[in-house]
Amino acid sequence: MAESIPVAPSPARAHDHEHPAEPGFIRKYLLSTDHKVIGLQYMFTGMAMALLGGFLAYVFRMQLAFPGIDVPLFGVVSPNEYNSLITNHGAIMIFWVAMPVLIAAFGNYLIPLMIGADDMAFPRLNRLSYQLFLVSALVLLASFFVEGGAFGGAWTMYPPLSASSEFNQTPLGTTLFICAVALEFVAFLMGGINFVTTTMNSRAPGMRMYDIPMVVWMIVLASILFMASVGPLVAGAVMLLFDHTLGTAFFDPQRGGDPILWQHLFWFFGHPEVYVVLLPAVGIVAEIITVFARKKLFAYKTVLYTAFGTGVLSFTVWAHHQFIAGIDPRMANVFTITTLLISVPIAEMMFVYIATLYGGSIQLATPMLWALAFIAEFLIGGVTGIFLGASGSDIYLHDTYFVLAHFHYTFFPIAIIGSFAAISYWYPKMFGRMLNETLGKIHFWGTVIPFNTIFIPLFVLGAAGEHRRIWDFAQFPELASEPLRNLDKVATVSLVIMLAFQAVFLFNFFWSLRRGQKAGKNPWHANTLEWTTESPPPHGNWKQMPTVYRGPYEYSVPGRDADFWPQNEPA
Amino acid sequence: MNPPAYGSVRVVAEQRREPLIPNGVMGMLIFVVTEAMLFAGLISAFTITRSSAVVWPPPGQPRLPFEATALNTAALLASAAALIWARRCFDRNRRTARLPLAIAVLLGAFFVVSQGAEWLAMLRQGLTLTSSQLGSFFYVIVGFHALHAVVALAALVYTWVRLQRGWLASSQLGTAQVFWYFVAGIWPILWLVVYR
Repeated sequence: MAESIPVAPSPARAHDHEHPAEPGFIRKYLLSTDHKVIGLQYMFTGMAMALLGGFLAYVFRMQLAFPGIDVPLFGVVSPNEYNSLITNHGAIMIFWVAMPVLIAAFGNYLIPLMIGADDMAFPRLNRLSYQLFLVSALVLLASFFVEGGAFGGAWTMYPPLSASSEFNQTPLGTTLFICAVALEFVAFLMGGINFVTTTMNSRAPGMRMYDIPMVVWMIVLASILFMASVGPLVAGAVMLLFDHTLGTAFFDPQRGGDPILWQHLFWFFGHPEVYVVLLPAVGIVAEIITVFARKKLFAYKTVLYTAFGTGVLSFTVWAHHQFIAGIDPRMANVFTITTLLISVPIAEMMFVYIATLYGGSIQLATPMLWALAFIAEFLIGGVTGIFLGASGSDIYLHDTYFVLAHFHYTFFPIAIIGSFAAISYWYPKMFGRMLNETLGKIHFWGTVIPFNTIFIPLFVLGAAGEHRRIWDFAQFPELASEPLRNLDKVATVSLVIMLAFQAVFLFNFFWSLRRGQKAGKNPWHANTLEWTTESPPPHGNWKQMPTVYRGPYEYSVPGRDADFWPQNEPA
Repeated sequence: MNPPAYGSVRVVAEQRREPLIPNGVMGMLIFVVTEAMLFAGLISAFTITRSSAVVWPPPGQPRLPFEATALNTAALLASAAALIWARRCFDRNRRTARLPLAIAVLLGAFFVVSQGAEWLAMLRQGLTLTSSQLGSFFYVIVGFHALHAVVALAALVYTWVRLQRGWLASSQLGTAQVFWYFVAGIWPILWLVVYR
């Protein structure tokens, strides 16, 4: 190499020049540094984990509705198994479904395509990120098969339950669980560094800050939030691991430790994490509603600044998870105020989206249905959060099914509805063929209606005082009344129906890979750069790299024949 | 034809621009922010535990050698200064950067080795990972820093080797610089909070 090194071409490009021949299967799919392949790997891994997480939910919901039943495909659920099931359901759905699909899969797939780059800034780091993520998933799965079973101390891992195998009875399961979560964080740290650097440094010529599509901004902001909040939890996780395996006493009150300290370290990460997964979903919805309403996004900068504000505020709300943990009531007041404040920017985003829809030529294609469902369902989740953010009502509702229904009304729209919206919208770009619309709509209604009939009964149960972490309500006669138990059965039956409808999606997904209608470059008539290349895009994304002339949402511009105006089209 | 509100005509450079901050440096900066938050978490946990303890240091535990480690601290800061010097030389004539970079590496190595010696001394005096809260926090916090110092030192050595062979790019030196400044910059804070 020469003394001075010019701006190096990214390895993806270099690769093109050196080996024009098609690489073999292993190099193409297992060792690829192509952002699209890595994005799809994240997506498929996330989908597989989602099926597992859904299965765990099915098993423990069956136990709750029909205590002591021999659950088909699983067997009788013991109390310890019940704890493992709910713990791993939560951890899998957040860390191995919501984050890999919303941030890693779509971040990897979309960021270079939407900003007009040939690949990520650090392709090999990206490769390593997915490999570590896969290892973390395998470590978590392994914890189900070790002696004592998988960890059962809830995904929040509160000590002293998590700090000593004397209490949690899963000596190896706990260690593996903490290690899996830690590996997953490292993987996402690498991904986040990549997303931010790529977006800042690799944009197409002409693409200014306010020309970046909203979903890219949101994934970047989510990555920044994640990386700024994860440090204290990594510190806490190491301390917890040492408590559990080496006999230190960071969180053991009998030896001078402080169990509340863990809760602070955990929730300092745990609450921003909600916004880490929320923001990408909000960005996905912004892309979809502008395309299917054929309208410019209302108040682009407002949405962006609101997202910044949400990010900053999200670091100041964590103690609302601890109102009954014995924190100072004066502190509870402060956190009540900040928690209620954070609903303002989120509400603002929702209003902006409704304003975008107002007066648009709305087409109810499947992606649009998902996007609209996101807005509607997330609003319910947000509004019920007000009761939990206010310390007075939270003291009664804490750890009841009301809390559970509330955060499922936020996480389900984010992780599941948001992912389905994105998959149905970008599927043509990813695989070159359209998904079947009829099957898509059947799947949509078959998912959204049962989702509501699962969690609306749980709001009622929670308001009646049912505690979240009870294996069999027969032990608590005052909670085991017939009407309440029937609501539990409604929720469980709805869950089974919803899971059954996912078969429609899987069928549609794999059938359309070969039989779907050819998509062409731009089936939705969208403006953003990913629609200006072939579907699926080739290695290196464009034969000639695009140049950007305008913002991403110029739909129905007066004086133009076409109702869209691609970002790369010269004026 | 088009009202200016809808995408006014823009002059677009044909060539890709040079990024303001090179990729490697930017990636490292983001990483460093994450690491700073990691240490912030550790320090705040330590401060909370320490302030709620009845007696500190815990009975039967040695006092940490605040004065003796002052020399190490000075060595680490001097190493960072040598790296700044190396950067200046590098920008003028890259061959002249060899000496200051070597000084930075040697001072860094001195810090790591003499901290290791301190650890052994503390272990002999009965301060272990499980002997008390002080021991637990000491080994975790300082251990985290030691881990960073060793990795950063390896990066500096690698940088020096590349410089020797004439392969070192400006952005590579920048990346190593950011990491080393972080390791050196966070240390005085840890030293003041934990040792004193």
